[in-house]
Amino acid sequence: MRAYVSAGKLKFLNGLQYRSAAAAGIATQFFWGFIYIMIFVAFYSQPTAIQHPPSLSLPDLVAYIWLQQAFLAFIVLWFRDQEIFGLITGGNIAYELCRPCGIYELWYAKLLASRLASAILRCLPILSIAFFLPEPYRMNPPASAASLALFAASLALGLLVLVAVSMFIYISVFWTMSPVGSTLLIGVVGEFMAGLIIPVPLMPDWLQRIAYALPFRWTADFPFRVYSGQIPLQEASFGLAIQLAWLVVLIIAGKLLIKRALRQVVVQGG
Amino acid sequence: MRLYFKYLAILFKSQMQYRTSFWLLAFGQFFIPFFVFAGMYFLFQRFGQIQGWSFAEVALCYGVIHMAFSLAECLARGFDAFSTLVAGGDFDRVLVRPRGTIVQVLGSRFEFTRVGRLLQSVLVLGWAIANVSVEWDAAKAVTVLFMIASGVFIFTGIFMLAATLCFWTIQGLEVANIFTDGGREMAQYPLTIYEKWVRVFFTFVIPFGCVNYLPLMYVLGRAEGSAVLYMLAPLAGAAFLLPCLWIWRTGVRHYRSTGS
Repeated sequence: MRAYVSAGKLKFLNGLQYRSAAAAGIATQFFWGFIYIMIFVAFYSQPTAIQHPPSLSLPDLVAYIWLQQAFLAFIVLWFRDQEIFGLITGGNIAYELCRPCGIYELWYAKLLASRLASAILRCLPILSIAFFLPEPYRMNPPASAASLALFAASLALGLLVLVAVSMFIYISVFWTMSPVGSTLLIGVVGEFMAGLIIPVPLMPDWLQRIAYALPFRWTADFPFRVYSGQIPLQEASFGLAIQLAWLVVLIIAGKLLIKRALRQVVVQGG
Repeated sequence: MRLYFKYLAILFKSQMQYRTSFWLLAFGQFFIPFFVFAGMYFLFQRFGQIQGWSFAEVALCYGVIHMAFSLAECLARGFDAFSTLVAGGDFDRVLVRPRGTIVQVLGSRFEFTRVGRLLQSVLVLGWAIANVSVEWDAAKAVTVLFMIASGVFIFTGIFMLAATLCFWTIQGLEVANIFTDGGREMAQYPLTIYEKWVRVFFTFVIPFGCVNYLPLMYVLGRAEGSAVLYMLAPLAGAAFLLPCLWIWRTGVRHYRSTGS
């Protein structure tokens, strides 16, 4: 365990070095946030929306968008570690296999740490400004202390689920040898189903049912709606259990898969 | 110009060496904007329209912008990836050759995989043209072509500006994404739905308004006054490239090699 923690720590400190990149990222994310909110404000001012208000109210949606921008590193699947791809396709996986620790755990710790570092640099500035923006851009505080606590728990669990999902992208490279093509599809479908393109409650009903059946929405959609109280407390605490179940299933599946991949691994020479 | 096509031929051959990877990437490039478009469709399904614009009208806007973006990304990819050229010191080689810098940088990269994105935007544009309630005539068709061309010019200009910044910063700048990717996402809806500061910025500083709003009003028959003015608005967008070219030249003169 200690080995994984220190591997993660190294990656975390390494990630904290990219501060100017983070500053640029913050500016970009503010721009996206504003544009998305303007588009949704325009949609919500439609007469149909006023007569039949969507289940997600506009202030809840604004919080949803800002949280999404602030914790982008926790929820996107295109956030990738080129180093691991390089290990597999370049043949240095051989060294990795010699290490006296599990490869799944090691990569998991590294991926988790780099996402944490990136999010920590970005989330505080974005959130602290978003709370003081003029209406309609202002982000509301959490519904209650309880929903804040549940939000923090579900965001953390969501991050663990997301890293477990992203492990599949790396494992698939053992077979495809190219990090781009096949992984692109996992990424695009996963992000859509997580509600990153349009929030899950605004999807048509049939699509919502699909989204609810997949693990992706537990990484982004669920914590963000817990924050604004749009998912009531009781349902939210039940949701935490589902997140935990997904996490266990995904990790076990990932470990089985990587075992199979390693049994037939071909070390790429060169 | 002949040199440029020669560059393209070479790059095409080299990219076709990895055929499966090429098709997978092109496939992916088709699907990424497809999901964005699907998201847009679902929103319209729920809300009906957006400030008086119907789905087909916005789809027209979307098709034009995405087509312009994918063409610009194909053509001007060399500028987009320019930071690697500067950071590696390879720009020195470009400078000593007896040809213009712009042609060489343009020819240094060409992403043929972007045909996926291009195909998607062609489909959307075709669907929108068939479904939008407009009496099409030659003038309107020409206006749409102008819109696309002008969009290509604007995106190329932005890629160029971002590349010029590399002369000073050496690194590529993520902020430039606001104007390329951000500009694309923003301009897929008509400009009127945004707040005033966004509208002003994207009409007078970066003239997306001349691509996706003014001529669109004419095409949809909503424009008042002289039609010619609306038709020619895309030209103003194309004029955006001129200052970009000038800044690029200044940048080249300021270039100091990293010397590695």
